[in-house]
Amino acid sequence: MEYYLVISILMFFIGIYGFITRKNMIAILISLELVLNAVEINFAVFNRYLYPEQMEGMFFTLFGIAITAAETAVALAIIINAYRCIGNIDIDNLNKMKE
Amino acid sequence: MDPIVNLILFICLGVALLGLSVMAVTAKSLLRSATYLLLVLICTAGLYLFLNYHFLAAVQISVYAGGVLVLFIFAIFLTSNKGDLLKKHNAKKYIMGALAALGGVAVAAFALVKHKFVYGDNTTIEGDQEINMKVIGEALIGTEKYQYILPFEVLSLLLLACIIGGILIARKR
Repeated sequence: MEYYLVISILMFFIGIYGFITRKNMIAILISLELVLNAVEINFAVFNRYLYPEQMEGMFFTLFGIAITAAETAVALAIIINAYRCIGNIDIDNLNKMKE
Repeated sequence: MDPIVNLILFICLGVALLGLSVMAVTAKSLLRSATYLLLVLICTAGLYLFLNYHFLAAVQISVYAGGVLVLFIFAIFLTSNKGDLLKKHNAKKYIMGALAALGGVAVAAFALVKHKFVYGDNTTIEGDQEINMKVIGEALIGTEKYQYILPFEVLSLLLLACIIGGILIARKR
């Protein structure tokens, strides 16, 4: 079980690293997907190893996947709209949206 | 399956997962990044198969690798010109990011090493005991205790709201 957790910890913080160091908004969203994936692996692993007779972790993972899909759709809509407004999707141009 | 073969497969899967994650956050072009993300998601489905969650692996591949990735690739094609590479931050940001990630790994690994998990008598890890599809379906749309009709319906409402919101935000004025 610890091996699964080690994998998901490393994946989570690789996602955090990408989140901080990327400039493009879609690349940031891709890093965010990595973070969410790591969390969902954790749900499934805890369910399987600690409470194998129940299915709560599995359903949390299912709902997490669905919520991630919804969140990605909305975020991409916002990104496309921002692209239409300011012509590129790097985060340092985004403070133009305030005006 | 043979435990040794299992272990080797698991190690290969884990190494592939981590390597592809690193490549996904450091790739030069956005489309490559999305492709590595696709491979990461497929490897995650492999981990679910290792845990004997077959349904979860199927959902992972169909929703994530099928749906979300297509959305990503659509958005990438809509928002980037041909052959342009990602711009970079200055070096300070990279150092900050690496420090944050390493610090987080250190804290989490410390917690993981310190904590002792109580396993109990768990027979479902070895061997392939797949959860019956009928059980999953009944738990997903039942109204008894430990059944999940309410979150399921709330989720469908959320998806509807996201569809409407997405159309509203992304439409042409």
